[in-house]
Amino acid sequence: MRFLLRRTVFYLVTAWAAITVNFLLPRLLPGDPVQAMITRFQGRLSGDAVQSLYVLFGLDQNTSVLEQYLSYWGNLLTGDLGLSFTFFPTPVSEVLGQSMPWTLGLMGVTTVISFGLGTVIGVYAGWRRGTWVDALVPVTTFFSAIPYFWLGLIAIAVFAVNWQVFPAAGGYPAGMEPGFSGEFAGAVLYHAVLPAVTIVVSSVAGWILGMRNMMVTVSAEDYVLVAHAKGLSQRRVMISYAARNAILPSVSGFALSLGFVVGGTLLVEMVFSYPGIGYVLFQGVNAKDYPLMQGVFLVVTLAVLVANLLADVGYLLLDPRTRREAW
Amino acid sequence: MNEVVLEARGLTKHYRRGARAVEDVSLVLRRGRVTALVGESGSGKSTVAKLLARLVPATSGEILLRGEKPGRFREYCRSVQMIFQDPFASLNPVHRIRYTLTRPLKIHRRSETPEQLLEAVQLPADFLDRYPHELSGGQRQRVAIARALAAQPSVLLADEPVSMLDVSIRLGVLNLLRDLKERLHLAVLYITHDIASARYFADETFVMYGGQVVEGGDSETVTQHPAHPYTQLLIASAPDPDRPATSTPTPLGEPPSLGSPPDGCRFSPRCPQATPRCWTDAPPRCSLGDGHWAACWLYEEVVA
Amino acid sequence: MNAKTRAGLALLGFFGLIAVVGPWIAPYDPSAMGPDLLQPPSGAHWFGTTMTGQDVFSQVLVGTRGVLVVGLVAGVLATVLSIVIGVSAGFLGGAADELLSALSNIFLVVPALPLIIIVASFLPDSGDLLIAVVISLTAWAWGARVLRAQTLSLRNRDYVLAARATGERTWRLIVFEVLPNLTAVIASGFVGTVIFAVLLEITLSFIGVASISNWNWGTVLFWAQSNQALSQGAWWWFVPAGLCIAFLGTALALVNFGIDEYANPRLRSAGRGKVGFTPVERS
Repeated sequence: MRFLLRRTVFYLVTAWAAITVNFLLPRLLPGDPVQAMITRFQGRLSGDAVQSLYVLFGLDQNTSVLEQYLSYWGNLLTGDLGLSFTFFPTPVSEVLGQSMPWTLGLMGVTTVISFGLGTVIGVYAGWRRGTWVDALVPVTTFFSAIPYFWLGLIAIAVFAVNWQVFPAAGGYPAGMEPGFSGEFAGAVLYHAVLPAVTIVVSSVAGWILGMRNMMVTVSAEDYVLVAHAKGLSQRRVMISYAARNAILPSVSGFALSLGFVVGGTLLVEMVFSYPGIGYVLFQGVNAKDYPLMQGVFLVVTLAVLVANLLADVGYLLLDPRTRREAW
Repeated sequence: MNEVVLEARGLTKHYRRGARAVEDVSLVLRRGRVTALVGESGSGKSTVAKLLARLVPATSGEILLRGEKPGRFREYCRSVQMIFQDPFASLNPVHRIRYTLTRPLKIHRRSETPEQLLEAVQLPADFLDRYPHELSGGQRQRVAIARALAAQPSVLLADEPVSMLDVSIRLGVLNLLRDLKERLHLAVLYITHDIASARYFADETFVMYGGQVVEGGDSETVTQHPAHPYTQLLIASAPDPDRPATSTPTPLGEPPSLGSPPDGCRFSPRCPQATPRCWTDAPPRCSLGDGHWAACWLYEEVVA
Repeated sequence: MNAKTRAGLALLGFFGLIAVVGPWIAPYDPSAMGPDLLQPPSGAHWFGTTMTGQDVFSQVLVGTRGVLVVGLVAGVLATVLSIVIGVSAGFLGGAADELLSALSNIFLVVPALPLIIIVASFLPDSGDLLIAVVISLTAWAWGARVLRAQTLSLRNRDYVLAARATGERTWRLIVFEVLPNLTAVIASGFVGTVIFAVLLEITLSFIGVASISNWNWGTVLFWAQSNQALSQGAWWWFVPAGLCIAFLGTALALVNFGIDEYANPRLRSAGRGKVGFTPVERS
């Protein structure tokens, strides 16, 4: 329990740091572009909206930084992240609320598949090292070196443009009304196939390599030798002795690499115009929509922190010693 | 009596996690004399060496160098040098022997050459351009001794200097240490778990148990007429071809937990001669004459 | 050195060469528009042409330098940061360690891509070097973590204590006793950071956050994407740059395996086929 408490405190500190960075960035770096944007939308923005943008970006020169910081927190806690310029005049929080489920769905499913698949293949590759399976190493390395977005481009070129078996863009057909119908669910799955496969193919390599190396390292331990000497079956030694121990660093590595996986997912969404956070970020970047970009950063960071906490719980369940990594 | 170089008074070390590694240890090291500190693993004898080398700070107690409180570390280590137990771990694998020996000469501005240092430990000069992994254990330990000599110290703290070496070369290294002691008039603290080698090598012997010194005196007396039950057991457990194989009493149980040492005498849970008093009260230091003493209730009458 | 490492080094040397001579051997000015619009690869244009008749081959050649420079600069900066922070944390311990560890963990957990996008888009000018600096600020944490753990295990080695006992100063203990034993870890961290930096830089160019006036492989992809090269079937516009990224990444990763295997002999695969881990006789 102390472990989880410590971790939770750490995540809270991290969240605070991320929010504070978000607060400081526009104040440290020249804020003219935001001012220009607000001026452009002047006639169409209500007084309240202008005020909240002023608070977010520190354009109000009459208040002290501390006052700005306090009202910034006030805005955050009421869910006010300002208005999006791209989707004018929708509030940023609303834009994020609509796109978040798409990203969570896509990322959740692909991460679980990729972690599971990578672990299984990695265990096997580590077990049979020195055989033809070692050829997996350069191949997976090659795939992990390919940027997610480029693999997505290739996937679109081959499966959407050339063969036209999967849609090239979007989360569901353009004309369809979102709802809880079987027809809609099918369409969503169909649209998710290409982005999901892209993410899995790009990310699985890392898990395979990590797991393989841990297997090779763990397998030189004496308890594996003893398990062999006891005459246990190969399968049992591989799974219950070697893999059981090798998976622990993989799980803690999982938590740490989440930030990276999120980045990849955002990119894939950009390429596939998938209606998640990544695509929203892409549109925000192109339109220099600062409130939207900052909102995305906050939401994504908080989501990653929550996911990390979940991974910690998983680690706790897997490791009976509840071995506490120093950090 | 020879000149006292280093004196420890009531040295105590408690680690942060609560381990009471060293409790109230007092020692005197004299020029040209070897003092042995004997004890089993975990008795705190290595910690005493690190305390005396000032590599770890003491919780309480004081160290006096030539009767004075020592000043800055660099000045102090010019006089007090240490040899580590494991010669495979105490030489940095990435540096040639030349680097290892030149550094202390530079630090302490000595005019000797590394070649002379190697000569002092009876190694050829062409070892200078070798790496530690190219040397045997005994050769490495000689290099470690040469490094310690570079500062021209007056005290050498030797923490089990031969326990990691092959039995066949131990004597050579011990004799080297003895020669150096004679020639350079060094005060040597010889830490060991082997009480037989203390008799051979040391002028004076202290026995440690559970972080405390339980017996002390000149080596001949301590090893031939041990007073403390622990010392008696220690000597009985050492193989001796001259002694007929008799059934010696084996100590019960395990070394004491330094985290929560027993009340009273720390040896009482394992002591074959323990009395109820031993369980509750710590024994005083009882003098047995000629500088020989033991911390044990058995000798209370002798004092009184 | 095994075949994998050699292949990685050779590939790396090839890209390094292109980075140096690329701008001189490029057959065309990468930005110059020509009369051949959106042509597939041919003798005149090895990698085909863009919508405006630019030569893709020249763009890829010229763009190599930007990729490698940003990767190296970011890699060096991040590695220096990770050494300073990680090794100090591990060696000093105590409150300094707690503080530096928390700092690196925060940087590890916060997703780098959205953060960099924000920082880069606030910057008035996002040239190569500035991007490299920003990337290095988010890329040092992993190396610092690894180095801290390693330093922690080296800190109380006898040879460090022995050097302290001869009177060495703390900074000398860190620089001359601990650091040389971390060479393999540092090298591997450096190569890993370069991979990370290259991918991130190309990504930023592709999204359009980094300056698109400097040619690099990401810029090529940016123009290909914004001109709908995909739906027009102009595969030659985005395939070469992507393959270059993948090959460069693979080369770096292979070099890294070499370093890892050097540092951890257990990972060296046995020459002959061996199943399982222990030579157990099986019926």
